[in-house]
Amino acid sequence: MTNERDPVRIRRVLGNKVQFIQGDMAVAYGGLLAGCSFFGGYPITPASEVAEGMARLLPRVKGTFIQMEDEIAGIASTIGAAWGGAKSMTATSGPGFSLMMENYGYAIMTETPCVIANVQRTGPSTGQPTLGAQGDMMQVRWGSHGDMEAIALCPSTVQECLDMTIECFNLAEKYRHPVCLMTDGEIGHLREKVVIPDEDEMELFERVLATIDKDKFIPFSESQTRDSKVPDFPTFGSGYHTYVTGLTHNDKGFPATDKQPDHERLILRLISKITDDREKLTSVEEIELDDAEVAFVSFGASARPCESAVWEARKKGMKVGMLRLKTVWPFPRDVVTQLSKKVKKIIVVEMNLGQIYHVVKEFAVKDCEVILAPKVGGDMHLPHELMEYLEVSN
Amino acid sequence: MKKEVRICGFGGQGVILAGFIIGKAACVFSDYNSVQSQSYGPEARGGAARSEVIISDGKIGYPRPIGIDIMAAMAQEAFDSYRGDLREGAIIIIDPDLVPRNDIGTPIYRVQVQKIAEELGNKIVTNITMVGALIGITKILEVEAVKKAVIDSVPKKFMELNVNAFEQGLEAGTNARPE
Repeated sequence: MTNERDPVRIRRVLGNKVQFIQGDMAVAYGGLLAGCSFFGGYPITPASEVAEGMARLLPRVKGTFIQMEDEIAGIASTIGAAWGGAKSMTATSGPGFSLMMENYGYAIMTETPCVIANVQRTGPSTGQPTLGAQGDMMQVRWGSHGDMEAIALCPSTVQECLDMTIECFNLAEKYRHPVCLMTDGEIGHLREKVVIPDEDEMELFERVLATIDKDKFIPFSESQTRDSKVPDFPTFGSGYHTYVTGLTHNDKGFPATDKQPDHERLILRLISKITDDREKLTSVEEIELDDAEVAFVSFGASARPCESAVWEARKKGMKVGMLRLKTVWPFPRDVVTQLSKKVKKIIVVEMNLGQIYHVVKEFAVKDCEVILAPKVGGDMHLPHELMEYLEVSN
Repeated sequence: MKKEVRICGFGGQGVILAGFIIGKAACVFSDYNSVQSQSYGPEARGGAARSEVIISDGKIGYPRPIGIDIMAAMAQEAFDSYRGDLREGAIIIIDPDLVPRNDIGTPIYRVQVQKIAEELGNKIVTNITMVGALIGITKILEVEAVKKAVIDSVPKKFMELNVNAFEQGLEAGTNARPE
């Protein structure tokens, strides 16, 4: 077993450059391309194919796949593997994501780089296993206890499942943070064309390892070697003695749980290392927004019927566009504010009863009306259902 | 060009693979965009199953079918259940041995795909025979592209059987007339 990324082997294992595969499998492909060498998880519909893909692919690149006893152990092993030097990931859906929440917070607190793919299905509880939803968009932001920041990306196509998984790994390494790919049962099970990027078409951000004198190393401060709030990483076994705890800790990593300033300083660094880069992390697609008077705001699967509705509306001469959020967290607040200054009305389309809607409303200017187009039950909005929202607008 | 295709039957007949092959032929071995989706519930294994493909020369937004242009059915239950959203003038293809109650008052294509597969030695290739028949009848894709997708998608040791099934289905479909 090795954590070394072997591009020749990876490409041999993945096969043809152009393939027709499911979104879940594209997540596994993206992981492999990013150099993931460890997957620990527990199968759950509609995310099982990610685990299946990894079980088939990882051993062939000398990586490790472990089916753990449950999702709690799945994320725990993923965190452990990261500290052992691996790029690591897990994948799950609703009930499993709920089980992972405590260790998700642990990964945030311990600044562990790893990737969690959540192929969302409806909930609460076991809900509708085979059907897609976007009901965990607030859970990924607030689901673990305490103050935290989240990084979450939402793919709308199978190609994006692959590309964004690579991006999730890059962001996980850059910010030393558990990064979530918030896909869903619709996109996870959809088959579409993917084009596997060549080596020179991909950018990989590799983990910044601790190199400073071992005596001088401070494991949980701003970096000692570059201008960054993210500390360099002391892989277990590399000789850097590091105490890793979910308790509030001082720069050296030791518990410091009884003084307000220690906690505040730590948490503000954990949050601001991400929010300082909000603009860099913002990734959106703008469709027909130049002269739009009404705009859909959507993400993931629900952006697809939105786009169809935009095309249909344009054919009818209606000035409608769409803002698609590829990064949902940290929330691209400036883009939304700017949009709200330009259009009269924003319609937030999501497969839940209103989650991102509230955030859009928070950052839209008062003159812009923000309404919600919700849908639950496992079906995407139909394009004509969205047209009805537009016709009411006119 | 935009076509919405549904292949349906019962779980285990390979309807997903059939849709997968058509989708792959369209976007990997031809220059179309395509998406393939499927519907099943956890309790529906063995029951009616369906696989749906959208083929388009433009970008595909909403990835599920809205009005089916072509439906191929290989089981009575599927034929009865999945007919609700056909577009007017949709092409319907059935195997009359698998869908005996098929008189719905409009002309449909009847191809005995299971019988062809059995004569080839294994009814497991009924689905691939149906893919051939569907292409022979509708001509939505180039034959060579679909044949490549068949070869690319089946186990090597069953390749010849599958290619034969595709070609025989294709011939039967080409000669079929709606009645």
